[in-house]
Amino acid sequence: MISLESLNSPADEKHARSTAQQEIIFREAETVNDSSGCVAALKEMQKKRAAVSPMNERIARLRERSMRAEVRISGERAALITNFYQSGIAAGKSFPVQRALAFKYLMEHVSLPVEDGQLIIGLRGTGPQEVPTYPEMCTHSLKDLEILNSRANMPYRVDDQTAELYKTKVIPAWKGNALRDIIFDNLSGEWLDAYQAGIWTEFMEQRAPGHTAGGERIFASGLLDVKKEIRAKMLEQKTSEPEYFDKIEELKAMDIAADAMLTYAGRYVEILEKMAGEEEDDERKKELTEMARICRRVPAHAPQDFWEALQHYWFVHLGVVYETNPWDSYNPGRLDQHLYPFYEKDLAEGKLTRERAKELLEAFWIKFNNQPSVPKVGVTAEESFTYTDFTKINIGGLKKDGADGVNEISYLLLDVLDGIRTMQPNTAVLVSDKNPERFIRKALKVVRPGFGEPPFFNFDGVIIKMLRQGKKLEDARTAGVSGCVETGAFGKEAYILTGYFNLPKILEITLNNGIDPQSGKRLGLETGNPAGFQTYDELGEAFIKQVKYFLDIKMQGNDLIEALFAKYMPVPFLSLWTDDCVARARDYNAGGARYNTQYVQIVGLGTLAYGLTAIKYHVFDKKTFSMPELLAALRQNFAEKYEVMRQIILNKTPRYGEDDDYTDAIAKKIVNDIVEMIESYPPSPVRRASKRAYFLPTTAHVYFGKVTGATPDGRKAGIPVSEGISPVQGSDKKGIAAVFRSVSKCDWDKTGGALLNQKLTPDLLEGEENLEKLAQLIKTFFNMGGHHVQFNVVSVALLREAQQRPQDFQDLMVRVAGYSDYFVNLPKGLQDEIIARTEHKAV
Amino acid sequence: MASGSIFNISRYAVHDGPGIRTTVFLKGCPLRCWWCHNPEGVSQERSLMFFEYKCILCKTCAGVCPAGAFSFANNLHHLDRTSCNNCGLCSETCPTEALSHAGRMIAVTELMQEIEKDVLLYDNSGGGVTFSGGEPLLQHLFLNEALTECKNRDLRTVLDTSGYASEAVLSSVLDRVDVILYDLKLADEEEHRKYTGVSNNPIKENLRMLADRGRGRDVILRFPVIPGITDTQKNVDALVEFISTLKGINEIDLLLFHDVSEKYHRLGMEYQMPVRQAPAPSKIKYIKERFESIGLYVKT
Repeated sequence: MISLESLNSPADEKHARSTAQQEIIFREAETVNDSSGCVAALKEMQKKRAAVSPMNERIARLRERSMRAEVRISGERAALITNFYQSGIAAGKSFPVQRALAFKYLMEHVSLPVEDGQLIIGLRGTGPQEVPTYPEMCTHSLKDLEILNSRANMPYRVDDQTAELYKTKVIPAWKGNALRDIIFDNLSGEWLDAYQAGIWTEFMEQRAPGHTAGGERIFASGLLDVKKEIRAKMLEQKTSEPEYFDKIEELKAMDIAADAMLTYAGRYVEILEKMAGEEEDDERKKELTEMARICRRVPAHAPQDFWEALQHYWFVHLGVVYETNPWDSYNPGRLDQHLYPFYEKDLAEGKLTRERAKELLEAFWIKFNNQPSVPKVGVTAEESFTYTDFTKINIGGLKKDGADGVNEISYLLLDVLDGIRTMQPNTAVLVSDKNPERFIRKALKVVRPGFGEPPFFNFDGVIIKMLRQGKKLEDARTAGVSGCVETGAFGKEAYILTGYFNLPKILEITLNNGIDPQSGKRLGLETGNPAGFQTYDELGEAFIKQVKYFLDIKMQGNDLIEALFAKYMPVPFLSLWTDDCVARARDYNAGGARYNTQYVQIVGLGTLAYGLTAIKYHVFDKKTFSMPELLAALRQNFAEKYEVMRQIILNKTPRYGEDDDYTDAIAKKIVNDIVEMIESYPPSPVRRASKRAYFLPTTAHVYFGKVTGATPDGRKAGIPVSEGISPVQGSDKKGIAAVFRSVSKCDWDKTGGALLNQKLTPDLLEGEENLEKLAQLIKTFFNMGGHHVQFNVVSVALLREAQQRPQDFQDLMVRVAGYSDYFVNLPKGLQDEIIARTEHKAV
Repeated sequence: MASGSIFNISRYAVHDGPGIRTTVFLKGCPLRCWWCHNPEGVSQERSLMFFEYKCILCKTCAGVCPAGAFSFANNLHHLDRTSCNNCGLCSETCPTEALSHAGRMIAVTELMQEIEKDVLLYDNSGGGVTFSGGEPLLQHLFLNEALTECKNRDLRTVLDTSGYASEAVLSSVLDRVDVILYDLKLADEEEHRKYTGVSNNPIKENLRMLADRGRGRDVILRFPVIPGITDTQKNVDALVEFISTLKGINEIDLLLFHDVSEKYHRLGMEYQMPVRQAPAPSKIKYIKERFESIGLYVKT
């Protein structure tokens, strides 16, 4: 029996890099073993942060408090949920009604913190940065809490009271009964073996299937409207139908969930009115009175003005993230499209100014930042990288009718992002050919100071992806991206991410004829000793067979986990807001959404493509070395005499990312084969979800690197594998145009999205002319079929690191004077000058 | 089809003319400017570069070199350039690319394949191809053919030249060149000979020829600001006077000096620059204002 503690795949934290700060730390970690560079880069970022200028004193204060508050575990939700299930209220009820009653109990009892000066009310947890836990999903052990409390990197403080609560109440109640326990009890031995070896991670072993975003429905209806719809649906149900009971129970649950949120808002009305009564400052008194009025109106009714719209969404958001701990914290969808009508109307009526709208958006922004992600169980000190919960604000794109969607709110959102620079929420700039170039240039200006935000997305490509999956044109045009780079039909689709999938590890297993050399266990198929392969194609086929073998196991696990969530963990509140759950009287977790999708996230394309290319080129084509020699080198981790072979691989091989068809064709074939294979699986049994592929790693490539031995791309054991669809770190030496072309040879329209990181030096963003060219470059990349790109504007600290270890920064391109060159190839004096220049500009 | 010697193809070049461009660096230059930022482009032969930090002392080079140019003592790699016959075996086999050759022959057909990769970028940005160097006119047959092929594909072209060529050679390419980046360094003949090794007469004559033929508006002048050499008041005044006699020229770009001694070291070449610091901002401001005074747009 495998203990659960040993099963954690801790690097499964989602999307750790929403800010450049993390990105730089992360990049460094990829190539560098010591931490001095990280510290330097971090300091550089802190300096940049000092340049942040939120709009007014209120926002500055809110922001400051949000940034400075210590992240803590709040025991309140754990205690309440345990109370509820122990109270017997739930006994004998259907699962949907149990969950709805649990949610109602929470909404009746959770604390109602009010941040001083805030304009948007409601908070998950007992205060800013106070993070609730979800023991019914997965229960933290005392050791987990101790590690979270004491680790140096991104701690979650746990006070004695909370630890005591867990010891005496929460752990005894849930040990062995949490959904996580049920999941692991039901998975096959093969699944557990592959999981433990790091062939994949599993999204739903700790968190609920959440990957979805809000759509138009939220901004167009209040809870009373939804309740009306529920009642009508109840009347429609006929006892003669086989699903009658299930549907009625689900509708009942939805109705209870709606009431629960009305109760929560009502409790806040009381508090706000009381506060208004006691407030001595006239301005604040007026605000509190207005906020109480707003909370009487929303979420019961559809919002009628800008402020109400933000507050209304926030209630929905809170409900979703209090109900369960869904992956990729919910987001408000295409925010500029949703808010613009309110904005326009308020401006016309003279009840809002641009400045006030900006202030409200900034206050809204800080709400997200006050809610760090829920920590995983089984984390260790050096793992679990982020507080980010991945709410993504979408900006730009097209309108439902296909017209240019960029409006004043799009620019306003970019202004907010530019000034406020909080870690959460992150953003997405959706670029269509129909958008004005000014919009891209404006977004690039926000990229300029080097915080890594915003990333850019090919919105015309998003539409193609959605249409290919069979979505209606209007649903495709109102789609967007959430989390990292994941496309979905906002408000209408449950596109559930199931786990990262480690391609380089499968190559390692293929090269060892089915055995995982890390453990000596046979995990894969016997596809033959590669030393006996006569052609490259034999290796390619063996690899694909192994992938298929492991995918079979993973898919069985996915379907099983989906069924468990459908049965035990309905989410009636989330279902209220996702079309067509109410209309179908079906839960979000049981296939109620209009569109249902199941995604596998493929990791390590660059490492795999480079590795396969090295084998094809050196073993089969040029015969630089033999397969047995290569296998020996991998076993020895390229030590001693094999370093020369490693150097030959690193320097004398066609490289993916350099626009060379020899290797790009290999990458293209991998993408094609794997997408085709994943899509060949039948729809899932409960949700009837189609099976699809994303190419994104978040931080899993670090974890996957740790569990994977040396690979034929010259990568040593333990080093991170390549991230997203980016070329192997430091290997793309021909510049950004070559990377864009290499990458866009693969057919990303067949995937749900693919992540690409690129570094830029600050000078490439300087001046209008450079911004113009960069904007044109991005547009061209998207014309060619790219899905996403995000830019790291390189810091001085990074340049210094590059000076210290030039071999790790071969691909770092800098602008010199009348020309650009590779930084490490520049003379020292010139490097110093560029550093000095960059530093000067950062001030 | 002709072949030519090049030492680099730079994609997403954003400072070599309008829009986004691919810049082709042709190898070989008749000038010997003391400050040259691309010393690897001076010789028309390939140039062996040694990047010391990449060397892992594997001694592969010593094993393949027929001339015995490599030796190892005290864990140091030593290259004797006097015995090197530039055969290229070392850079071909060096596993780390510590030894690598700048420069290779490329046929026009292959060059065009590289250029065509970024056609969409040119289209979307109003960019195209820039021929730079070295001095691209030194390989005018190759250049001519490449320009013809560019024009067959409706690509916009830029020539980045020192202007040091016969009038006939320069004239032969003009009908397929849209923009000319034209270096002006020193006005005084003697100084020009001292610091660049050649007379400035053909350079001035060719520029006047361009202006007289009405191509002045297609010319963007480039002035390298080299401390103590080109940035003197006397030189700037003389250049200002010369330029003001030319019709149609609207723009001059200032190219600021940088210390590139290590590049020379890497190539085993002598770096003659007496000063190493970048030009002072006050100097740059003065030069900018002087050129602006005759109505030029000055880019730094």
